[in-house]
Amino acid sequence: MSLLEGLGSGLIDALLALLMHGVGLLPASLAEPFEYRFMQRALLTSILVGGICGLLSSFVVLKRWSLLGDAISHAVLPGVAIAYLLGWPFFIGAFITGALTSLGIGAIERHTRIKSDAAMGLMFTAAFALGIVIISQIASSTHLMHILFGNVLGVQTSALLLTLLAGVIAVLVIWLAFRPLLLYTFDPQQAQALGFNITLIHYGLILLLTLTIVASLETVGIILVVAMLITPGATAHLLTDRFKPMLVIAVLVGIVSAVAGLLLSFHLDVASGGAIVLVATALFCLALIAAPKHGLLVRLWQRRAAE
Amino acid sequence: MTEIPAIEARQLSVAYHRQPVLSDISLTLPAGQWTAIVGPNGAGKSSLLKVVTGGLKPLRGELRVLGGNARDQRRAGKVAYMPQQEQMEWDFPVSVQETVMTGRYGLMRHDAWWQRMLPERWANPLHRLAVDEALEAVDMQAHAASPIGELSGGQKKRVMLARALAQQADILLLDEPLAGVDPPSERLILDMLEGERRAGRTIVMVTHDLPSARRHADQVALINQTLVGMGSPTEMLSDAMLARLAVGGSTAGGLRVAA
Repeated sequence: MSLLEGLGSGLIDALLALLMHGVGLLPASLAEPFEYRFMQRALLTSILVGGICGLLSSFVVLKRWSLLGDAISHAVLPGVAIAYLLGWPFFIGAFITGALTSLGIGAIERHTRIKSDAAMGLMFTAAFALGIVIISQIASSTHLMHILFGNVLGVQTSALLLTLLAGVIAVLVIWLAFRPLLLYTFDPQQAQALGFNITLIHYGLILLLTLTIVASLETVGIILVVAMLITPGATAHLLTDRFKPMLVIAVLVGIVSAVAGLLLSFHLDVASGGAIVLVATALFCLALIAAPKHGLLVRLWQRRAAE
Repeated sequence: MTEIPAIEARQLSVAYHRQPVLSDISLTLPAGQWTAIVGPNGAGKSSLLKVVTGGLKPLRGELRVLGGNARDQRRAGKVAYMPQQEQMEWDFPVSVQETVMTGRYGLMRHDAWWQRMLPERWANPLHRLAVDEALEAVDMQAHAASPIGELSGGQKKRVMLARALAQQADILLLDEPLAGVDPPSERLILDMLEGERRAGRTIVMVTHDLPSARRHADQVALINQTLVGMGSPTEMLSDAMLARLAVGGSTAGGLRVAA
């Protein structure tokens, strides 16, 4: 275990050193906050979280899974609380309850007459309530606040490693299963007709989503991670009509939001999670107004030209 | 060349959300022939195709595809499916070429592992060839790079058809390939399907378009929850048979009877 820990922190130190080379190229006013060790770690975490959330957000937006992302992120809370009680690493508990809730949603949807939106609302509020009740018994309210809203400035090494691992897994899975995932998102009936196991793809994608949410907990928190799973993808959808460029743009939007939000929160002394999401929202608004093909300005102009 | 039927159903019953949609269907569709499936709206025609594609599970009964298990034949790429137009996500950020390429995704399982990890551009050139050919067959090469959201109704149909063609499957399952299509596209689609039949493929076409069924199909299956009749187009599309088809359902809902 100590060998693994040593390897892990060595890996992070190496990545931080690499990252600081990049930061060194920036103008001094931008680079200045990163003289602090905690800001370096926060920067690395933000880049990773922004990137993975951005990557997944394209699938979430195209698959119309926004509410499901919301549900899983809330369902993670009781897992965190139970893991805390049992002395486990919190992400294991989070992963278990997140996955259980998504399975529960699927089961209600399939076997009762309750529709999916009600199934999701029901399951995730129940899980969330359970989490709140447990946490109110065992932990301080600041602890709860950190879980709910994130605290990227105080990221632990274990959380940073988890985020890194989640990022590597997400990229690998999406690369290796790119075609099944694309086809399942685009046209599940076709995927089925070609003999793909769409149940496997479905739950694989949900597990990937859960992993991403768990990995983002400490940075943006349970409540706001949903924004990072929707806004970058929605922004990218406005900017391109191709799938791979959409993935790339969403990742960039995620990373830029996370880094810019981090800097804003440092300079203005405001909550980092909120700042990150607000930057992402600002980028979305910018795309909404000025996107080359699907933006409001272009549409207005086209309507004028048509008259 | 063989006696194995393309699709063989024995006492097949299907339910959708616990509502029975097909009951006790037994039919045999010979390989290499063009079968039109005709029936009123909500008669379960699409459901019959979806049992073959795996979208619906049979409640009872047996289904054999090319003499084998349907799932195995799907995995072997033997079944190409063209859904109704409304069932596709036309806002999805893919080009015409990429959409047609998804018809090859099943066959890509047989590529070498390193080919599967590369973009299609550098992978097995067979796939690109098949896609180009299919686009040419439906006269859509000029639109290969267009986003699918920008196409007209007839063009969308042709792209969906090209995707099914690109798969080079033995069985083509087509759900309303002629609905909402302008006359030139309709002619192009029917000519193309004639060519596919000559090449030995089995065509199963759900349609409301009786004149086309009369002109092109080798046989017609009349379906209204169950099999009402199966036989030659002249026999099945007679006024008497169509009247029998409508009984049980309230009308012959939406059948285009005249040319």
